[in-house]
Amino acid sequence: MLKAIGIRSVDELFSPIPEQYRLNRDLAIPRQMAESEIVDWFKQRAKENGDGYTSFLGAGAYLHYRPVVIDALVQRGEFLTSYTPYQAEFAQGTLQAIFEFQTMISELTGMDLANASMYDGSTGAAEAVMMAVRVTGKRGAVVARSLHPEYREVIHTYATHQGIPLTSIEYTASGQVDHRALEAAISDDTACVLIQSPNFFGTIEDVEAIAEIAHKRGALLIVSIAEAVSLGIVEPPRAADIVAMEAQSFGVPLGFGGPYCGVLATKEKFVRQMPGRLAGQTVDKNGKRGFVLTLATREQHIRREKATSNICTNQALVALMVNIFMTVYGKVGLRELAKQNLAKTAYAADQFRKHAKVLFPGAPRFNEFVVESSEDPYAINSRLLGHKIVGGFPLRKFFPELGYAALWCCTELTTRSMIDTAVGLVADSERALRSMKEVEEVAR
Amino acid sequence: MKHATRKATRHISQNEGLIFEKSSPGKAAWKLPPLDVPEVDTAKLLGKQERQDLGSMPEVSEIEIIRHFTRLSTWNYAIDLGMYPLGSCTMKYNPRVNEFVARVEGLANGHPYQAEKVSQGAMRIMKTLSDCLLEITGMDAITLQPAAGAQGELTGLLMVRAYHQAQGNARKKILIPDSAHGTNPATAATVGYAVENLKSNERGMVDVGALESQMNEDVAAFMVTNPNTLGVFEQEIHKIAQLMHAKGGLLYMDGANMNALVGKTRPGDFGVDVMHLNLHKTFSTPHGGGGPGSGPVAVKKILEPFLPKPVVITKPDGTLGFEYNRPQSVGRVRAFYGNFGMFIRALAYIFANGPDGLRQTTEDAVLNANYIRKGLEGTYDLPYSTPSMHEVVFSDKVQSKKGVRTMDLAKRLIDYGFHPYTTAFPLIVPGALMIEPTESEPIEELDLFIEAMKSIAEEVEEDPQFVLDAPHNTRISRLDETAAARKPVLRWKP
Repeated sequence: MLKAIGIRSVDELFSPIPEQYRLNRDLAIPRQMAESEIVDWFKQRAKENGDGYTSFLGAGAYLHYRPVVIDALVQRGEFLTSYTPYQAEFAQGTLQAIFEFQTMISELTGMDLANASMYDGSTGAAEAVMMAVRVTGKRGAVVARSLHPEYREVIHTYATHQGIPLTSIEYTASGQVDHRALEAAISDDTACVLIQSPNFFGTIEDVEAIAEIAHKRGALLIVSIAEAVSLGIVEPPRAADIVAMEAQSFGVPLGFGGPYCGVLATKEKFVRQMPGRLAGQTVDKNGKRGFVLTLATREQHIRREKATSNICTNQALVALMVNIFMTVYGKVGLRELAKQNLAKTAYAADQFRKHAKVLFPGAPRFNEFVVESSEDPYAINSRLLGHKIVGGFPLRKFFPELGYAALWCCTELTTRSMIDTAVGLVADSERALRSMKEVEEVAR
Repeated sequence: MKHATRKATRHISQNEGLIFEKSSPGKAAWKLPPLDVPEVDTAKLLGKQERQDLGSMPEVSEIEIIRHFTRLSTWNYAIDLGMYPLGSCTMKYNPRVNEFVARVEGLANGHPYQAEKVSQGAMRIMKTLSDCLLEITGMDAITLQPAAGAQGELTGLLMVRAYHQAQGNARKKILIPDSAHGTNPATAATVGYAVENLKSNERGMVDVGALESQMNEDVAAFMVTNPNTLGVFEQEIHKIAQLMHAKGGLLYMDGANMNALVGKTRPGDFGVDVMHLNLHKTFSTPHGGGGPGSGPVAVKKILEPFLPKPVVITKPDGTLGFEYNRPQSVGRVRAFYGNFGMFIRALAYIFANGPDGLRQTTEDAVLNANYIRKGLEGTYDLPYSTPSMHEVVFSDKVQSKKGVRTMDLAKRLIDYGFHPYTTAFPLIVPGALMIEPTESEPIEELDLFIEAMKSIAEEVEEDPQFVLDAPHNTRISRLDETAAARKPVLRWKP
């Protein structure tokens, strides 16, 4: 090859790099490893990572069963090792799959159409806010405090430099958005109201009523959905203008937080302001049906600084996992799956209620609920870890006013015996504290 | 086929409709275990919030699902099938051990909020990868949070802005060469900066004189890709850095083309202040038909306080933890910690290569690009004779005289069993053919590619219409993109 190119050594090819900046030593990184060593190293790390624990964590990342056909199919090299389908004739597989994904997401969210994916639920929500600003020509965003706290942080990061003022709306004793406060917070310059349903506490919002409040003032309603499985049994937010969804629940591994699959769905009239890739149906010159990436004039590679977003690479292969999951469960299975989540959660909440306080009564919930204990949930959790149980998510980090409350989650994978064990341990803690208090009182 | 090709032959591919067209009531591919808690009355629990109908969601059996997606997959081209020479996309081999280790139980099932005590393995992976990437780039601090290259750019520019703000003036604009990727100006706009273009010089490099005259106290940063999108190393990069620093500006490097540098030179050494990497390019994580990516951002010490939070730190007892208390942080750019699954794959790639392997990877990538350049020089116009690194950019100047443009040549390349190169980019080369073979290609595959490109050039001379009508051997011919955009059909309807 050197001879064909007409050089004597490979180093000649690197002569454009100024000599003083050429690296003339080995990089100080681990030495080359054999495949067996690589596998061993990662298996060791897995052992340090809670392998084999039972978990009651949700809070935006959910453990559902992943049918094995998902990994069998997404590991086909033709999906795994292909690029964004810009050359449509050579990428019809990916394009048709995206088209089916867009169809199912539209169907499930009750929207007219959906894009091919966004990075995740948090950035999707931020992009939805910026989209609402473009659609309405107004600036402000009113954001529910019961939206995932990390989503709120991401929106804050994005909004700061877009000059989008954010207003926060509190939740009521039922855990739902405070409608009256919402009404007061919306001004004529409010571009959108952003809520999550089921919200961060697992509580289902009255989307229709909130939509009416938003629309009355000419603001759009964005609904964030972090637990996609809820769509099997919870009425979708049809009254919303944009749905910003995290589809991780549909067949995507927890994977310590990513990669996940954000997606935006919206009404037809807003499509040209929507960021992200879109696959559309068309025909070839013989009239044969085919699919292409379309409406690219919204995107950065055409519009540069005037694009709707800077997004380029997104989450295609993860969206394919979601797609296969939706296809496996389908019309009937998704409902049955959601129903099991509902039943396990109802049972767990009932059991906890016998020993501790379950917050936010009076509103429907899906698969999460908030338990308030007398003892610090961090202390309880650390004891649960000894039983190989990962307890609920302590809320005071994000909601200091909730004190010793923790967010618990059950899915179809949570067994009754796991629930009973966890409830038993929390009950022990409650009893111990109660008797301690009694002793103190007697002593006084 | 006009000219025979040794690379590809026509063969049967299966027809397949949309999944919805195969659906019928009663078919199912799922099974739930019996419920071990009492059944619930959904109407009572949910009231008016209960969903009654799932509309046209499909009902199909498992074998139909397997066949459906397998058939679709066979309509795609892929690295696993052959060379995928998309310039600036770095379509290198995606090692299967990466996929294997990413699926190890405990890593695949780790919850982002599980206690730090039972997250040490995941944090160790993040820390080790961070250390490796810092050594590779010669930078001081890093965040792995950004989900892809474009979000890395966003994060980098947010830090640039925060840095200037901390100095009392956020400044107004970002300078960007006219050869830049579209995400660069789009990102600058997202961060609230104006974009000012900078013309390249006759060698395809940054015009340092022009930069000097455009640089002033309003410029927050210069965003440069190095090697640039022509595959040319910016030989005056250190002067560029000095020029920026002299007026208080920062140098941002788009690391999309880092595959030309790893183990041979380090951006941190030649004056870069902030840069992003694309793990899905340089570090072999799969493109997956358009993601997921991962876009870590590495910075110099002066920018460290502004990193997104949380940051992985080593605690006094030697264990790892997440640090959230970072008052000057730009905040969060996504939920949780980033595309962790990609960290695993990238680290496995680094382990599989080691220092010598990474250096050779870079050398092979540059060698392969130059081999193609030599092979096609004379057949295709080479607009810039400046030495090429990992990719080479030709133009359709010769072929366009016959009315055949870069996109037409690309479509014809499909018939020869290759994915097209990047067409019509960078914008500074009219009718660009941007070719990046990566280190993964053996000489046999490179020769087939050169042979195919030469054969197409001959076809253009003999029968341009035949090339204009390409592709001839695909399932479908060229699609009507105008119709798709004019009246968008974005979902199936019953």
